[in-house]
Amino acid sequence: MEKTIATLSEAVSAITDGATVMIGGFGGSGAPIELIHALIDHGAKHLSVVNNNAGNGHVGLAALIEQGQVDKLICSFPRSADPRVFSERYLAGQIELELVPQGTLAERIRAGGAGIPAFYTPTGAGTALANGKPQDTFDGRLYVQERWLKADFALIKAELADPHGNLTYRMAARNFNPVMAMAATVTIAQASKIVPLGGIDPEHVITPGIFVDRIVTVADPAQEEMLNRAEAVYP
Amino acid sequence: MTDIETHSLSNAQIAWRAAQDITDGAYVNLGIGFPEMVARFQPEGRQAIFHTENGVLDFGKAPAAGAEDWDCINAGKKAITIKPGTAFFDHADSFAMVRGGHLDVAILGAYEIAQNGDLANWSTGRGGVPAVGGAMDLVQSAKRVAVVTDHVTKKGAPKLVEACTLPLTGLACVTRVYTSLAVVDIVDGHFVLREKVPGLSFDALQAVTGAPLHTDGPVADLICPKDLT
Repeated sequence: MEKTIATLSEAVSAITDGATVMIGGFGGSGAPIELIHALIDHGAKHLSVVNNNAGNGHVGLAALIEQGQVDKLICSFPRSADPRVFSERYLAGQIELELVPQGTLAERIRAGGAGIPAFYTPTGAGTALANGKPQDTFDGRLYVQERWLKADFALIKAELADPHGNLTYRMAARNFNPVMAMAATVTIAQASKIVPLGGIDPEHVITPGIFVDRIVTVADPAQEEMLNRAEAVYP
Repeated sequence: MTDIETHSLSNAQIAWRAAQDITDGAYVNLGIGFPEMVARFQPEGRQAIFHTENGVLDFGKAPAAGAEDWDCINAGKKAITIKPGTAFFDHADSFAMVRGGHLDVAILGAYEIAQNGDLANWSTGRGGVPAVGGAMDLVQSAKRVAVVTDHVTKKGAPKLVEACTLPLTGLACVTRVYTSLAVVDIVDGHFVLREKVPGLSFDALQAVTGAPLHTDGPVADLICPKDLT
């Protein structure tokens, strides 16, 4: 079994117009910038994107939105130091937003990966974000029914990968990446290094390779924060 | 300056007061911005363990400028550091900690707090781009939810009200409010005054509070150190 793909462009080549794409990261931490830029170059349009945020500046997710490739965003916090790309399009009615509480977003994705079509959570019960959703009382407390969230593709960022797709993450760059890897039909991971089988201690595997379909090396991945400080624009 | 302005505590003083109620070993989440100041004022001999939604427990102080590692940030997207005892985990685990009731305390900001404990702090209801983050998860499920806030809005309107007019973050979730003028508990659908700044009369405080203030015992003076930074 060999999941290694030689190039970023090949790694994202199967992403079609209209696909739902989960993109890992929390702000810039754990964001697979190089895979997102490869998706911009690939050019797939009318995407529905799942991410915690809505991009920052003019790189990564913000750049994907700026290129007009995203029709809908599912996120918890579409604000950042420089959220103009998303904000302007949203306020002009050019992009749809599904706002989801952050823990509910994580759990909907986890449920999608775990084969659980719906679950009840106390989060958002009795608020505007529960409108239109079934609510029910369990042991005297009000809960909201939330549906699973699945995707056609997930783009994630790992630290180490082995040829089976076993992954580790670096520090807080883990965030949404492991659950998104579970919830997509095709999970594409960029890793700082691909090591031989046995190169990751089995005790240290965070995402088992069964959740990962393609891996590609990005040896020295960019940090969104540093790109933005340099006022970078992609493409 | 008005009487209210003369007596108002600074944000640092409000944060200091909130910190006095955090017990040793408590697991605590602090909201982005002003509530983050609470971490600076832990009383001597107590060590809370701070949680941040993006998957870190027991992180260290902010790094020096230029020494940031942007894989190591908090929920406010600010750089943090690791220290002995730090743990990293994914977002599902992070919110299992929240939703599962494992956090002892969450301290957040507020636009409005109702006398029944309802909280509005995510939307001004004026349009724009809505954003909620983890606030709805935190307020519904932390064992204790407290608010740090100015007692009134910038325009002088009460933030402690009979019923919230803005979109709710959570129902009947707040149990204590630390304001620039007072410490107020929420008990059985009422505001109960515990402490107020010295020199401000009960009537003057009531006049800037949007619902009746009750007392069920002596009201202590709210005295904080000066010159906190």
